[in-house]
Amino acid sequence: MAFANPHITATAVEATEFPDLARRYRVAGVPKTVVNETIEILGALPPEIFIEQALAN
Amino acid sequence: MSLLAPADQDKLRESFSAMSSSVRLLFFTQTLGCETCLQTRQILDELPALSDKIAIEEVNFVLEQEKAALYGIDRVPAIVVIGQDAAGVARDSRIRFLGAPSGYEFISLVQAVLLVGGRGSNLDEASRERVAAVAKPTTIQVFTTPT
Repeated sequence: MAFANPHITATAVEATEFPDLARRYRVAGVPKTVVNETIEILGALPPEIFIEQALAN
Repeated sequence: MSLLAPADQDKLRESFSAMSSSVRLLFFTQTLGCETCLQTRQILDELPALSDKIAIEEVNFVLEQEKAALYGIDRVPAIVVIGQDAAGVARDSRIRFLGAPSGYEFISLVQAVLLVGGRGSNLDEASRERVAAVAKPTTIQVFTTPT
């Protein structure tokens, strides 16, 4: 998604190395995606559904 | 001694051979107080040997704070994937990795390199249009664990 739009930044975070981030975003299972600090997506989804949820706002 | 089995090196070499443009991995690191920086360095060191289109640029996170700020990096180890535009000018893909890219994250890193190195998006056209329509700064964080 970041590749397709310069407004989007995508970061893969290794949760066990950064427990402070995992706590801040309440990561209890992986993969967990957080968009703009607010939208939360749990698990791996088909790309179309993932994009719809990630860009819901 | 490579971390990768010879058969895996061959597969990666073949995948990378399809790259049409160069990719630079900006590796933000520090010597002290970073448990996984050395491991990350060892993993990244595997890649340039497999393709002349892949380069690693090490950035000292402590000494080069301006550069870290420029790329929005506030912790290490961090990897920023830099590609090229059609004219060969460096272009930040805005794809980043925080933490050592081991296990499945290594596959994700390889996929990011291939994407930025010319393979292009795997998304279907409708999805690409949906993503292209985003007009405000958007950050996506994907949390994973090593497997």
